[in-house]
Amino acid sequence: MASIDIAGIRKSYGAIRVLHGIDLAIRDGEFVVLVGPSGCGKSTLLRMVAGLEEITAGEIQIGGIRVNDLQPKDRDIAMVFQSYALYPHMTVAGNMSYSLRLRRAAKNLIAGKVSQAAATLGLENLLERRPRQLSGGQRQRVAMGRAIVRAPKAFLFDEPLSNLDARLREQMRGEIKRLHHALGATSIYVTHDQIEAMTLADRIVAMNAGLVQQVGSPLDLYDRPANLFVAGFIGSPAMNMFRGTYRANAPAVIAADASAIPLGRGYQVEEGAPVTLGIRPEHVELGGSGSIAAPLDLVEPTGFGTILHLRAFGADVKAFTLERHTALVGATVPITLPPDCLHLFDASGERLV
Amino acid sequence: MGKASLLGMVAHRLAILAYVVVALFPLYWLLKVSVTPDRLLYTEGVRMWPSQASLEHYVFVLAHSDFPRFFENSVIVSGSTAFIVTIVASLAGYALSRFQFRGKVWIVILMLLTQMFPLVMLIAPMFKMLAPLGLTNSLTGLVIVYTAFNVPFATFLMQSFFDGIPKDLEEAAMIDGATRFRAFAQIILPLTLPGIAATLGFVFTAAWSELLFALMLISDVDSSTFPVGLLSFVSKFSVDFGQMMAAGVLALIPACLFFLLIQRYLVQGLTAGAVKG
Repeated sequence: MASIDIAGIRKSYGAIRVLHGIDLAIRDGEFVVLVGPSGCGKSTLLRMVAGLEEITAGEIQIGGIRVNDLQPKDRDIAMVFQSYALYPHMTVAGNMSYSLRLRRAAKNLIAGKVSQAAATLGLENLLERRPRQLSGGQRQRVAMGRAIVRAPKAFLFDEPLSNLDARLREQMRGEIKRLHHALGATSIYVTHDQIEAMTLADRIVAMNAGLVQQVGSPLDLYDRPANLFVAGFIGSPAMNMFRGTYRANAPAVIAADASAIPLGRGYQVEEGAPVTLGIRPEHVELGGSGSIAAPLDLVEPTGFGTILHLRAFGADVKAFTLERHTALVGATVPITLPPDCLHLFDASGERLV
Repeated sequence: MGKASLLGMVAHRLAILAYVVVALFPLYWLLKVSVTPDRLLYTEGVRMWPSQASLEHYVFVLAHSDFPRFFENSVIVSGSTAFIVTIVASLAGYALSRFQFRGKVWIVILMLLTQMFPLVMLIAPMFKMLAPLGLTNSLTGLVIVYTAFNVPFATFLMQSFFDGIPKDLEEAAMIDGATRFRAFAQIILPLTLPGIAATLGFVFTAAWSELLFALMLISDVDSSTFPVGLLSFVSKFSVDFGQMMAAGVLALIPACLFFLLIQRYLVQGLTAGAVKG
């Protein structure tokens, strides 16, 4: 186990700059999730930690040792690939023991480690199979097994669940979390799925366009998004956004349709400045005092709850309720935006306090 | 099974059969002529099988001609060429498939260029180069020439096979603790066996049947390869078809044996299960 320190990391492919200076300190035993849309540079960063991509500028330390110029094999890390990358000509046991065999570990030690890992992952009966004889979920487990047979300094996960169907993904998510609790290994996990990020992470690193947008605990990012990108990326259905201008007197946002959305308190921003107001769908109150009538556009029952698509304040508004809402499309629904649940962002997208 | 699909299947099989007959008939004729005694060859007209078969041509070719020598030379030349070309092409193909390096485009263009000249154009300069080095009239010289001519195509062939193997596999191996070369040798190469078999087979047959350079660079009977030897049955006034065909049938044997050896690697699908899908 070890800490990982990333300082001033940049990456360019010729003239194309992918990462613009990433600083990140990962504590020993921490589970950090890098999350962001495709092309934000999260996988590139992970591959640089692994040693599969050259570092253009900056420094990466694993366990206090600079690894910039170390080969992947000398970094003592394990990685789970999105494609699993199992060796097709080796059995499951062969796949899991390959790293130990490369280190010339004793035969009985290898056998012990493999059967221990197989037991942890429920692979005992599959050890003699070849990858092509396994289902997607089993292959995924073998890929995990290959990582846990030795005790590396850190685990790197590159979208390991993206190729699984939804149910299996949910199950494996739980297993990864349990595994992390059991092994306590420093882990970096890359995903574009914000649910995976929320459920797995000790800390989330939200990335966009080669820059870190926010680092914090999952609920930190959810409750106090640092900017519009994080606010829009974390959470599903996504946060509602209203563009408007700030009114300092009886603090409110004047929305696109000239109506005022009361803020309940003042913010540090000039009168008349353009701002964006955000509220999560589950915080939109149906009914309530001071409500306005919003025409209903679309109803999406999820079974778990209902997502209502409404028009209000000159914008589309989504409201999520646990109730089985029976309103018909075309009807109007009274809604309230509780001031406590509002997020305000300035013209550059930064959170206002 | 419906009537239409049964009919479709019969037509399908018939089409395949027709193709096989067309492809194999010359070989059959080769065999037929080789066992026809000389006195019957021109007297019986066109028959599917002679009224009397004999192995006299085989006996003559094996016991009283230089053919065993030619075979041996051909096996040495083709085998060495196939072996060397495959090693060089594997390494070069891997490099072209996996690495970006300065001048890569130019190397590819250069390799393509070598494939564009008619061989006849190159015979004189080749001879000029090899003669002072003592490499004419030598099997080594022939191996060098064949290797040079086969490496570019074999490299492209191997590259396409490496391209088909996910990069993740060797990256996983390198993270597991392998050097790049070890990952290449232990993970990638075993998965490229079909490609290696195909390359070996392709180069072996190309060298086995090459006539032009063998004819021009070698005048010594002792160093001749089998295609050159075949020509010795053509004399000024007659062609000894029976012996020529017998030698031809014998020449097929090593090539067939070779493909028998590698055919199990020629089946694709060895990488199934490596990655998703």
